[in-house]
Amino acid sequence: MLEVTGFTKAFQGVVALDNVDFSLERGEVHALLGENGAGKSTLINLIAGTFPWTEGSCRIGGRPVASLTPQAARENGIAAVFQEFSLVPDLTVLDNLFLGREQSGGFFLKRRQMRQAAVDLLDDLGFHVPLDEKVAFLSRAQKQMVEIAKALRTRPEVLILDEPTASLTDGEAEKLFSAMAVLKGRGVGIIYVSHRMAEIRKLSDRVTVLRGGKKIGTVATAEISDDDLIEMMVGRPVEQLFPKIEQKPGEVRLEVRNLTTADGSVIDASFVARAGEVVGLAGLVGCGRSELCRAVFGLEAVESGTIRLGDKVVERPSPPAMLAANLCYFPADRGSEGLAVMRPARENATMSALRLPSLAAGPVLKFWRENEVIRAPLTELALRPMAPERRVSAFSGGNQQKVMLARGLMKPFDVYLFDEPTVGIDVGAKADVYNLIKRLVEGGACVVVSTSELPELVNLASRIYVMHEGRVVAELGENERSEQQILSHYFGGKA
Amino acid sequence: MNSTAASTAGTERTPHRVGLLDRFLMQGGIVITFLVIAVVATALIEPRFLNRLNLINMMRNFSFLLIPSLAQMLVMTAGGFDLSVGAVVAIASVVTATVMLVGSGYFPDAGVLLILLSLAAVVGVGVLVGSVNAWLVASFSLSPFMVTLAMMSVLVGIALYFTQGIPIYGVTDTFVSGVGRGQLLGLPVVLWVALAVLAGCIVLQRFTALGRHIYAVGSDERSARLSGVRTGRTLMAAYVLAGVLAALTGFLMTSRLGAGHATIGTTLALETIAAAVIGGVSLRGGVGRAEHVALAALFLAVVANAMNLVQVDSKYQTLVLGAVLIVALAIERLLLRRRQA
Repeated sequence: MLEVTGFTKAFQGVVALDNVDFSLERGEVHALLGENGAGKSTLINLIAGTFPWTEGSCRIGGRPVASLTPQAARENGIAAVFQEFSLVPDLTVLDNLFLGREQSGGFFLKRRQMRQAAVDLLDDLGFHVPLDEKVAFLSRAQKQMVEIAKALRTRPEVLILDEPTASLTDGEAEKLFSAMAVLKGRGVGIIYVSHRMAEIRKLSDRVTVLRGGKKIGTVATAEISDDDLIEMMVGRPVEQLFPKIEQKPGEVRLEVRNLTTADGSVIDASFVARAGEVVGLAGLVGCGRSELCRAVFGLEAVESGTIRLGDKVVERPSPPAMLAANLCYFPADRGSEGLAVMRPARENATMSALRLPSLAAGPVLKFWRENEVIRAPLTELALRPMAPERRVSAFSGGNQQKVMLARGLMKPFDVYLFDEPTVGIDVGAKADVYNLIKRLVEGGACVVVSTSELPELVNLASRIYVMHEGRVVAELGENERSEQQILSHYFGGKA
Repeated sequence: MNSTAASTAGTERTPHRVGLLDRFLMQGGIVITFLVIAVVATALIEPRFLNRLNLINMMRNFSFLLIPSLAQMLVMTAGGFDLSVGAVVAIASVVTATVMLVGSGYFPDAGVLLILLSLAAVVGVGVLVGSVNAWLVASFSLSPFMVTLAMMSVLVGIALYFTQGIPIYGVTDTFVSGVGRGQLLGLPVVLWVALAVLAGCIVLQRFTALGRHIYAVGSDERSARLSGVRTGRTLMAAYVLAGVLAALTGFLMTSRLGAGHATIGTTLALETIAAAVIGGVSLRGGVGRAEHVALAALFLAVVANAMNLVQVDSKYQTLVLGAVLIVALAIERLLLRRRQA
């Protein structure tokens, strides 16, 4: 149904995709696997018409297609759901679903008809999203659902899903999977990009592995083991993804007592984190664990409760005060909260370190030392490509994350708060992040990880707090932290 | 899942609760409050405010502010700025008067024909300026702020060079008596025109795909393009409409003044942005409604009228306008911030 041969794409001379063949059958789920920078995004963007290919040819339904634009791709039955949403924040969900494809009789919009179609569509998918809410006010998971619904509204024959489950809860992901099964039954071909091995195994018929812009191979999913797939992807046999972390819990570094935020997203939450241990914060998307981290760092207004760092109570948490008190926070949304993406990696890495003696001489920056100062952290994190002068937006997701994490290595902090440290990054970059956490903890730091990835909680954390609707509902110790036990508390149940 | 479950899906799980007061503040309540305060205060301090002649005069001035403010709103909601509105008003005024002056040599007694001719010429000017603005902004990805600032300079230069700064007389009498001073059902003709433009803008924003595309492009151009919106065309439509509305303002002002002036409209760039922003138009695009902009323009017109009535020196009037703008925006922001907390 879709067949591309010899696809090559160069951006200003840099080859991002090199002579790749790819095909998609009717009713097939074809997974794309590869590390960040492997060329997955480039390939799906070419197929979706976001930018033109440099060389190669493309046939859709047997007909050759000379070039594609987003409109032309859609007219050829190709719809794409990217990680970066194509939703307009100031319009409502309903308006977004029909954007660019409004139904109108002559000059005027058929609003009632569009509303009914939207209700039917969301109903069909089993997604619950308020139709008249502005997209800006939706959670990431809700936006994801709107984006998927929007792509399906045009009844595509080829559907591209780029990490669709990255921000969905397991229940929502299940709904997506059943919707995919229905589409598959109708003969829709699905290109599925994901880093989650379990999903690829469960959903896909074939897998194509890319590495460094080249195609490594296409295999039937049923005929290959996970380890072999990962080996194809990273180009070397997998050691254990999660490093063994020596945890030696010492004195209490961070203590949060009865914390309630002004907007009610966190209610009466308490937890402690000690030096030399990893504490996990678990819970569904929207359960308040992100807000809890943000409140500790001074980004959410606190209504009541105390935050104690070391032996000092922090009266008015604010980012500068918390940084000065040796607490470092890495936001979940690196694009909008962590990085100045138009500025080079170098400036982003040193952004919160410009007052440190290593870089500041009074009001003057020791700019000549900047490159030297960032080399060690960026090398440790294995930034790829190692190009500190490149603007952050030109790096892949995993490498953007590394630039942000490098900021926390400019000086030793006592407490590190990670909010979704591995969202939307590939296996190789994940391993780099886990190794960083290992080094920090074994060096005696206190690490708090808020994540929706159950394996991370089980393999990294020594203790886990589970949150539900803003409250901490359970604390799980060393011997009770299996995935099942964590899940049993997800919905507030006292198992 | 059945369809009843789906119809409730639209109302449940709204992530933030919207109270009555909040809804009022969001739906232009702040502007309405400003307006009511301004009207009541003016009426109390200076009873002549309610005089019929004064009200008609104020309505005319309101019309001359409303039409270019709606032009500004269209461009701003599309994510741009149009600093050239005032300059278009000036050049349209010059064109109107020139067409009438020259035309009356050929058709001495055809007042209506001359009016239509000059209107056509003026609309042409608006389309031309708007499309050049949009072309520069869309094709070269230039900053709308700089493009329209440069355009303003160019247009003012042309108008001044052409007229040497001297007003062009010879405007048809029918034009002045029928349009500029004319009344229909007891209200100024220009007010009717402005209200028609307002109604058109409301329909455009609420009920047409173009209106929705303008919001989409202004809110997030990349997303709009990926959704299949022809962003270049949408920008073109917004700037051309704005150019035409600004030109129409110049045409109407000429009918009021009885002559073509190259020097009118110099403060309109600030005033229209003020009206748009007080009316809730976002400086970053994507947000703003015509009816709220109309209320804000009326508010500014009342303030200006009040200052004239109590004989504030014109030198101080711009000072007051700036202060009112800052205070109004600060209050609006404070109220909205409290809502979000």
